Amino acid sequence: MSTPSSGSSPARITSEVVAKVAKLSSLHLSDAELALMTSQLSGMLDHFADIDKLDLSNVEPLAQPFPLKNVFREDVVVAGLDRDEVLAAAPAAEDGRFRVPPSLGLGEQ
Amino acid sequence: MSNASSAPQHSSDLPNGWEMVVGLEVHVELDTKTKLFSASPNHFGDEPNTNIDPVTLGLPGALPVLNKHAVELAIRLGLALNCTVQPSTFHRKNYFYQDMPKAYQISQYDQPINIDGYMMLPGDVRIGIERAHLEEDTGKSTHIGGTSGRIHGSDYSLVDFNRAGVPLVEIVSRPDIRNSDQARQYVAELRSILLAVGASDAKMEEGSMRCDVNVSVRKPGAPFGTRCEIKNVNSIRAVGKAIDYEARRQIDVLESGGTIRQETRHWDDGEGRTHTLRTKEDADDYRYFLEPDLVLLDPDQEWIESIRASLPMLPAARRAQLAALTGANKESESVYVIVERGQDDYVSAVAQAGGDAARALVYVQQAFAEEGATPKVAASDIATLTQMERDAKVTATQAKTILSEMVANGGGDPVAIAAAKGFEALDTSAVEAMVDAAIAQQADAWAKYCAGEEKAMGALVGAIMKASQGKADGKVVTAILQARRAK
Amino acid sequence: MTKPFATVVDIAADIASGKTSAVEVLEQHLARITERESDIHAFNLVTTEQARATAQQVDADIKAGKPVGPLAGVPVALKDNMCTRGIETTCSSKILEGWKPPYDATVVTRLQQAGAVMVGKTNLDEFAMGSSTENSAFGPTKNPLDTSRVPGGSSGGSAAAVAAGFAAASLGSDTGGSIRQPASLCGLVGVKPTYGLVSRQGIVAFASSLDQVGPFTHTVADAALMMEVIGGHDPLDSTSLSQPMPSLTSVLGQGVKGMRIGRLADMPDGCEPEVLARMDAAYAALQAAGATIVDISLPSLSYCLTAYYLVAPAEASSNLARYDGVRYGLRVETGDLHSMYGATRAAGFGAEVKRRIMLGTYALSAGYFDAYYGKALKVRRLIANDFAAAYEKCDVILTPTSPTVAFPLGDKTSDPLTMYLCDIFTIPTNLAGHAAMSVPFGTGAYNMPVGVQVLAPALGEQTLFRVAAELERAS
Repeated sequence: MSTPSSGSSPARITSEVVAKVAKLSSLHLSDAELALMTSQLSGMLDHFADIDKLDLSNVEPLAQPFPLKNVFREDVVVAGLDRDEVLAAAPAAEDGRFRVPPSLGLGEQ
Repeated sequence: MSNASSAPQHSSDLPNGWEMVVGLEVHVELDTKTKLFSASPNHFGDEPNTNIDPVTLGLPGALPVLNKHAVELAIRLGLALNCTVQPSTFHRKNYFYQDMPKAYQISQYDQPINIDGYMMLPGDVRIGIERAHLEEDTGKSTHIGGTSGRIHGSDYSLVDFNRAGVPLVEIVSRPDIRNSDQARQYVAELRSILLAVGASDAKMEEGSMRCDVNVSVRKPGAPFGTRCEIKNVNSIRAVGKAIDYEARRQIDVLESGGTIRQETRHWDDGEGRTHTLRTKEDADDYRYFLEPDLVLLDPDQEWIESIRASLPMLPAARRAQLAALTGANKESESVYVIVERGQDDYVSAVAQAGGDAARALVYVQQAFAEEGATPKVAASDIATLTQMERDAKVTATQAKTILSEMVANGGGDPVAIAAAKGFEALDTSAVEAMVDAAIAQQADAWAKYCAGEEKAMGALVGAIMKASQGKADGKVVTAILQARRAK
Repeated sequence: MTKPFATVVDIAADIASGKTSAVEVLEQHLARITERESDIHAFNLVTTEQARATAQQVDADIKAGKPVGPLAGVPVALKDNMCTRGIETTCSSKILEGWKPPYDATVVTRLQQAGAVMVGKTNLDEFAMGSSTENSAFGPTKNPLDTSRVPGGSSGGSAAAVAAGFAAASLGSDTGGSIRQPASLCGLVGVKPTYGLVSRQGIVAFASSLDQVGPFTHTVADAALMMEVIGGHDPLDSTSLSQPMPSLTSVLGQGVKGMRIGRLADMPDGCEPEVLARMDAAYAALQAAGATIVDISLPSLSYCLTAYYLVAPAEASSNLARYDGVRYGLRVETGDLHSMYGATRAAGFGAEVKRRIMLGTYALSAGYFDAYYGKALKVRRLIANDFAAAYEKCDVILTPTSPTVAFPLGDKTSDPLTMYLCDIFTIPTNLAGHAAMSVPFGTGAYNMPVGVQVLAPALGEQTLFRVAAELERAS
């Protein structure tokens, strides 16, 4: 959670940031959509600034309702899915595998 | 593996006083029956997309449930690496790629299961282990068309998700490694530990053990330099080569006035060099956050201690034990080799049966390379053979012949084999008679030998061995000749 | 109050006793579908043939004297975000249009084992993101009580299906009020169980730490029976609670005598006066039944909207990343992998889903995490603490389910924030993971139904249902 921010809401969201977020989200947005999205997100974030007035310095975050722990399954094989049924539902398949367009640049992580 | 077992040779000494700083990130697939979060088989080499289920494919609505045995193996490994086992959580690492079905990888992030361990290398070199955490593997892509199956320029790719969701432990070392020999030793030792504790089959050629290498260079005492991460380093040999190449590349850049960019590089084993894969400017933003579909992993102390109690003796302790038993150096190649083959218990059984431990070590190393941890030949028969050689009932050469026959036949009584081959003990008086006969027949050679020409001894020894039909012990012959000359 | 359609309890009893047959009951429901579905659009898919086959099997089993489940022959509808093996499951999204899951959700399996007859998959706001079912890629659902108005959302199709008599009961999912608000707007009982009481396995995730499945029914007793069928531990959901499912059908007659009912001392602005009037009537009814009314406060209540609209989109941005055109669903073919992702997701998701993916990605991204997502999780803790303090003083809390009755179609679609304000009373329970339900309690403006929301602590379902049953008696 690398963040330079101290916790107060950053400045108003710009269309450059919205464009970067769209890229991270793998969402192609037209220029018109980008402009509308920027204005709508700005409006929402302005509203969401209400929590900035709360003193949260001694508050622990709550990510899940209940503090469950140690939920396991045993290491036992259960029959899985049928390949032909799954590949039939895929947009493109070949040779028992899912077919995708070539990747430019970014390789395995 | 033997190249990793000798003491540092500093084959990777760098020019002009440069020092390399290396850290390793090793991914190992755990040896479970099923995947980390679902019940499909974890099995290498099956037909593509046959080990799949809703979780593996990231189908809508599918939920992960943690495999208890994978956790146990991770703890086994952590304890074997002297780590602290702590309460841990899982996060989502978000990125889009074709072999990542959910578009996020479930991985441990700021609270990994194992932290703060270490591994000892020859010469009392201590390499810190920062963490050893659980995560899931990705699927596998095959790039079709273009040039040579490489990703760049391919026409399309085909994806197999059999490997997706296979449990991995990523072992992250501290940047404590200073040369490529240590790096190779580290990987070899890690592999031995993985095999010893049964955490993984650690087959680099099948990808069940994969190394990423972080390399930087500096002048000793200076702060760490900018590092590059090298991926696709798929053998222990390649680890050494890639590190040496990369360190020298960085030194060349720095000495010619350039700077090192932080980047990910790809090791091309065929070309023996690294290439830029992607630079830091493509900065990833993985948006890690706590995986809401999983809960805290907090192994209780009782479980951890029962796992600790079930750990076998680790390779380092076994090497020390074997060295003490045989009188060999614990960092010697034979000790490494025998322990790696798991044959140290066998050597110990030979000693138990009254055999000569030092000779047993040599026999087993030489003759049992193809055998597993429990060679077919009875330890008591090997014990007898070591005694026969020690007592000069057979020569070293004869013992070797007998041993070969025992291995070839999967066993046998060395006494009977010696008798059948006509190997019999020549007692010292018989050898002395042959020595005297040879001196008489080869007066010239004897005179030269007595004048200090050591080479002349060869003719005498040859004649004696011929006369004895090879039954005389060469060492005994030499000793007698020396004694005669000294008179 | 008499209900316009037969209840789950009555249908199950009449079929089991042979008074009627499963096929007969089904055909009555199918006839109503034929008559009104084109006006209402409750369903994305009506599974007539499968339903007839199941009903015939139920009748054959009963005739053969085989034991049948508690819902044998009861027609039910499922929100179209629940995986049904071999039956199209779309989440009302173009990106999943045509997708037939190769597996069943746990709740679907449990309904089948109980003998229920599935009549169809119901419309929703795309991926359950909305409060009016107008965000469906396949067109809005109308409120059966007034087709110029919305049924609420996101489970609007499930609510409409029951309100129109297309099914005796239905299942919805509730992430921030998506069962309770449409139940309120359609005059139904709707339950948001304690987080982890009902399995999420096979429910297409919106926000994993908030999502819960629950029933829509005409009566509290029906809801209790449905809950007993679908609830309880599931080893396929790591967040499933291990506690046994409490009996609910057995507690309905126990009344509320001696119970302490919490009333918000600081009611947020924006409620219709008729809604507030019904609340006063509800408190009075419970008091008359022997409960005491206690004023409580939830100081963080007004911040819940912000916390929710950061947490839920953040989780959603990750949960919806899997719709990438590789393994299933829509693909828009382009030259390379990453442009295929961008084009596919641009074409496959509607405007509201895109907005929430963007908002959530932003809230999680480097440089903004602490200011948004991290802070929202802390506010989530505050509201949980508020509830804990309130439940020291009271056993349940009563609030309106929705500030308003059902609003006209198109009324709130232009401004996302206005729509988000519909959830002001329902969101806090999801953040805390507690139990809640909406019970119809008379009508308000335009003679449309008003729902009272009952909130109880985690695993407080028995208390919840006792209060709900009392309100039902009084309404």
